Amino acid sequence: MNNFQYKRVSSPAAAIAELSKDPAAKLVAGGTNLIDLMKYGVMAPDKLVDVNHLSFDAIKKEERSLYIGATVRNAVAAGNADVLKYQPLLSQAMLAGASAQLRNKATMGGNLLQRTRCGYFYDISAPCNKRVPGSGCAALEGYNRMHAIFGASSSCIAVNPSDMNVALTALDATILVSGPKGDRKIPVSEFHRLPGTHPELDTTLDRKEIITGLVIPDNNFAAHTTYLKVRDRISYAFALISVAVAIDLDGTAIRDIRLAMGGVAHKPWRLTEAEQLLKGKQATVENFKMAAELAMKGAKAYEHNAFKLKLAPNTMIQALKTASGVKA
Amino acid sequence: MIENNTREKEEKELSGNSRRDFLKKSSVITAIALTPVAAVKASDLKLDEKLSDAIEQMPLSIEINGQQHNLKVEPRTTLLDLLRERLKLTGTKKGCDQGQCGACTVHIDGVRALSCLQLAVMNDGAKITTIEGLSDGDKLHPMQEAFIKHDGFQCGYCTPGQIMSAVACIHEGHANSETEIREFMSGNICRCGAYANIVNAIKEVKEGGAI
Ligand SMILES: Cc1cc2nc3c(=O)[nH]c(=O)nc-3n(C[C@H](O)[C@H](O)[C@H](O)COP(=O)(O)OP(=O)(O)OC[C@H]3O[C@@H](n4cnc5c(N)ncnc54)[C@H](O)[C@@H]3O)c2cc1C
Ligand code: FES
Ligand code: FES
Repeated sequence: MNNFQYKRVSSPAAAIAELSKDPAAKLVAGGTNLIDLMKYGVMAPDKLVDVNHLSFDAIKKEERSLYIGATVRNAVAAGNADVLKYQPLLSQAMLAGASAQLRNKATMGGNLLQRTRCGYFYDISAPCNKRVPGSGCAALEGYNRMHAIFGASSSCIAVNPSDMNVALTALDATILVSGPKGDRKIPVSEFHRLPGTHPELDTTLDRKEIITGLVIPDNNFAAHTTYLKVRDRISYAFALISVAVAIDLDGTAIRDIRLAMGGVAHKPWRLTEAEQLLKGKQATVENFKMAAELAMKGAKAYEHNAFKLKLAPNTMIQALKTASGVKA
Repeated sequence: MIENNTREKEEKELSGNSRRDFLKKSSVITAIALTPVAAVKASDLKLDEKLSDAIEQMPLSIEINGQQHNLKVEPRTTLLDLLRERLKLTGTKKGCDQGQCGACTVHIDGVRALSCLQLAVMNDGAKITTIEGLSDGDKLHPMQEAFIKHDGFQCGYCTPGQIMSAVACIHEGHANSETEIREFMSGNICRCGAYANIVNAIKEVKEGGAI
């Protein structure tokens, strides 16, 4: 690992000031992604600004929403009584990610910004537009088994690896950020971005901005949520495909529904059209199949990930069955 | 031991000086280094080393297995390397060094974490427990006893991490069934495949209620 300066800050303003004056500075929270990438030489900040002492460690039920601070540990959020009561899908998704040790350190802010697990992004001898803009994409013609089937570009076919982000997307979370120009709120659907011609940018967060927390609006989904994650082993592996489902069920009628997919795109993939199709319909396997077919419209596979074209709809149908309790 | 003492002494000498002082001295040393005699003298006094130490090292006060340490470390030093290389606490193992195997698991303020992905400087003021600090003198911790009884290891490389993780797994309340134990122990990989016996050891300790 290259050496770097380390600075502990105790106010958001100090963190923003550090980022503003030094373009090569990076924030560090749990360190579970950044330190790893620094060991591989994928990232080499000259200064680390430690945000662990900022007071963004609260979880608060507010009148119509749930607030979770940026430095709350994933394990703490996943086990929090209010999260379990009001947003169980978020807890399920977080518990499906990483391991107990990692979740004890990983933070909400760090998880939102964790970088792709594309092997060519990690391999500093390979071309990668995300790591070195303009160098090319080795995954396009390479071993692209883990890669995107939606929204990719000729510059990058990497996927966002986070489980938490899939749930936040289904739940319409808003990300709270603070920067030199003040505070702003970014809907999670606009926070992560598609690669286009700038895959080096994972999100719309400005380099000088920090995440202070996130907010999830109240909903009527708590009784029927499922996070189904399919991976190469039963635990402690990144998703090949994951599906987050939240249903507001009136008997067997779907009053409202949210659907998002992980492991398929550069950002968590919200399935709006499938939601529209199912809204107001009966929770039946037939309807689930129709929704899954619609959800797969526009999917495109590469040499090694064609299996995802089948695995994705199957996982979606299974997740819908589990969430709704529909058996056949 | 001698080396350690010298090092500590040097650290003490340095501790009163700020980074800026040393940057100032740096230009002085560059200047005197122009004369061969001064250069030899500077190298005799190890001024260069002291200089880079002072620029790169940060104070760290950390309690490890009940013992307080006041150290200076490079920001890039991981907690794992601090334990193993500097403090010679080699019970904590380095498997992957990338957060993927769990061999480096320790307790930080009572919570299990991977020491390979922790910067030592981020743990200023923390209390660390490693496998060396788990037993009560010569009396093994119940989890250590149970691993021996149930053959919870073969080569033993993953074992310190497994045991630290297993103790935390029970403390967290995540050892209520075999499935739950397996899920919450999944961050500890055992290349020898001792999993079934590890689960049995944890079940026994949990049921025995000793911890
Ligand atoms: C072996 C392994 C397996 C894993 N498996 C999974 C998995 O299955 N599913 C999954 O979802 N994740 C998985 N992870 C990833 C893990 O969830 C992330 O590493 C973690 O969430 C990152 O959080 P952190 O706080 O440690 O981030 P850090 O490493 O501290 O930071 C990550 C990034 O976020 C930035 N950042 C942090 N906080 C802020 C803030 N407040 N404002 C602005 N920027 C900020 C940092 O500058 C950095 O760029 C795995 C990780 C490992 C090592
Ligand atoms: S050495 Fe830390 S997880 Fe493998
Ligand atoms: S006992 Fe050999 S790796 Fe676990």
